[in-house]
Amino acid sequence: MTDVLLRIEALSKRFGGVLASDAISLEVPAGELHAIIGPNGAGKTTLIGQLAGEIAPDGGRIEFAKADITRLPAWRRSRLGLARSFQITSLFPDFSALDNVALAVQAHAGHSFRFWRDARSEPGLREPARAALARLAIAERADMLVSRLSHGEQRQLELAVALATRPRMLLLDEPMAGMGPDESARMVATLRELKGELTILLIEHDMEAVFALADRITVLVYGRIIASGAPEAIRADEKVREAYLGEQEAGNA
Amino acid sequence: MNHLFMPRNAVVVVLLLLLAALPLYASLAGNPFLVTLFTRILILAMAATSLNFILGYGGMVSFGHAVYLGIGGYAVGILAFEGVASGFVQWPLAIIACALFALVVGALSLRTRGVYFIMITLAFAQLIYYFGVGLDRYGADDGLSIRQRSAFAGPIDLSNRTQFYYLCLLLLIATIYVTWHLVNSRFGMVLQGSRSNDRRMRAIGFPTFRYRLTGFVIAGAICGLAGALLANHTGFISPATMHWTRSGDLIVMVVLGGMASSFGPLFGAVVLLTLEEALPLAIRTLATPLFGDVAVRMGEYWQILLGPLFLLVVLFARGGIDGLLAGSRRD
Repeated sequence: MTDVLLRIEALSKRFGGVLASDAISLEVPAGELHAIIGPNGAGKTTLIGQLAGEIAPDGGRIEFAKADITRLPAWRRSRLGLARSFQITSLFPDFSALDNVALAVQAHAGHSFRFWRDARSEPGLREPARAALARLAIAERADMLVSRLSHGEQRQLELAVALATRPRMLLLDEPMAGMGPDESARMVATLRELKGELTILLIEHDMEAVFALADRITVLVYGRIIASGAPEAIRADEKVREAYLGEQEAGNA
Repeated sequence: MNHLFMPRNAVVVVLLLLLAALPLYASLAGNPFLVTLFTRILILAMAATSLNFILGYGGMVSFGHAVYLGIGGYAVGILAFEGVASGFVQWPLAIIACALFALVVGALSLRTRGVYFIMITLAFAQLIYYFGVGLDRYGADDGLSIRQRSAFAGPIDLSNRTQFYYLCLLLLIATIYVTWHLVNSRFGMVLQGSRSNDRRMRAIGFPTFRYRLTGFVIAGAICGLAGALLANHTGFISPATMHWTRSGDLIVMVVLGGMASSFGPLFGAVVLLTLEEALPLAIRTLATPLFGDVAVRMGEYWQILLGPLFLLVVLFARGGIDGLLAGSRRD
């Protein structure tokens, strides 16, 4: 039995009349790649928002690495090793790609009340940042402004920033959104490589990618978990087919 | 990154040389008013530089920045009035008073964003403005005359206009230099990242509030020093110094000169305050042959020309004067 890294207990969140999280309980063991799927509006991003500390839940509990983080602010969760990527690319557009990653390195290299030395010439920040870019195969874009990178490159950079915080667990919100088939394939390869080192919670619409990568899959519909298990079990689940996959396959046909 | 021969850098060098030579020129031309005008420009450029630090780099649109000119000025004025003339006491106190005030204002206002932040900083500034109006012992509405400039040791004599001018120039350059270091340090990276995407900053592990607050306090402290200089310069301090329109002037200087640029606020201060003198004169001179005596009154409406000019800069030159000089800006 492996250690549980992330434990969610009866997490609830209501927006007006909409129950975005309806008593969600979930355990993600260390080292697992756990995918969360569900139709639009199922509350997937809301769930990530609560895990990352941007949205306060109305009830329930979140435990990460055996510590209760339900009330911790986002930056503290990041310090504990919980990193998120955003569904809509969320970088610093007026910084270079390297600056973006270096800032993430800086966030985990002691306090930033350092007022004099040029941060852009600190090898301790630049080198790990370059390594993270190289890992995502965008090293040659290091000095480009983010606003001039292609969409796919920005998605790669988004992941590089998350990795630069040296997390234990990644919360990935649709990392392949808007990507072409080639870019998606590269992202799948990257995630497969990361899978051994990190625990990953993945939200993704690309079913091919999800079934190729996930150890376990949880299906969320209207804020409620309707099924959770191994990919084969999910594929065979009647309720899931009804609520989600059937509709998806019909749409793809 | 550093293109040494950009037109902007040439302009900076020429401008600094001109500023350095100005007292000499003024005495040769027999026009001491120039030194008075440019001392004021240097002091307000310093205040604008401090505002640019939080507004341009930190994205904090403080609409009450002139309050620090007032607090710094009153610190000097009140101490002088009570018989403490030493600049070694007056100036540090001006700076400390402003830093403390900024700490309180920042601690409350930085929890908000956008228009709310603007309104809260404005409200605090107005609070102190009316507090100044109520200071009966120190002249209330009419203000307080400062008979003696701050006293320093040795050969430093601030009542010597030329000496005072050079002190202001020196402090302005020091402010720009220090700000440049701050902006490019780890601290400055956090400040700029937070302007750009605060949510992202928190997601990657920065408690941004404390850094923004620190930046806010540093800006207040620097502006407090500018306030102490301004009070010495005019020999007078009144609530008008911290009227909200003064805060507006500082914002205009920053935007006109170019936000988030080292020398932008200096450009902005030079252009705005020179226009403030030159436009009425130009209107009067040009209009007199046409309208006769009425032309003198027309000069009072010089802001009719300034307004459209400012509009053009905001609409077509986002980087301000600095952006125009530096050529195509990022974005």
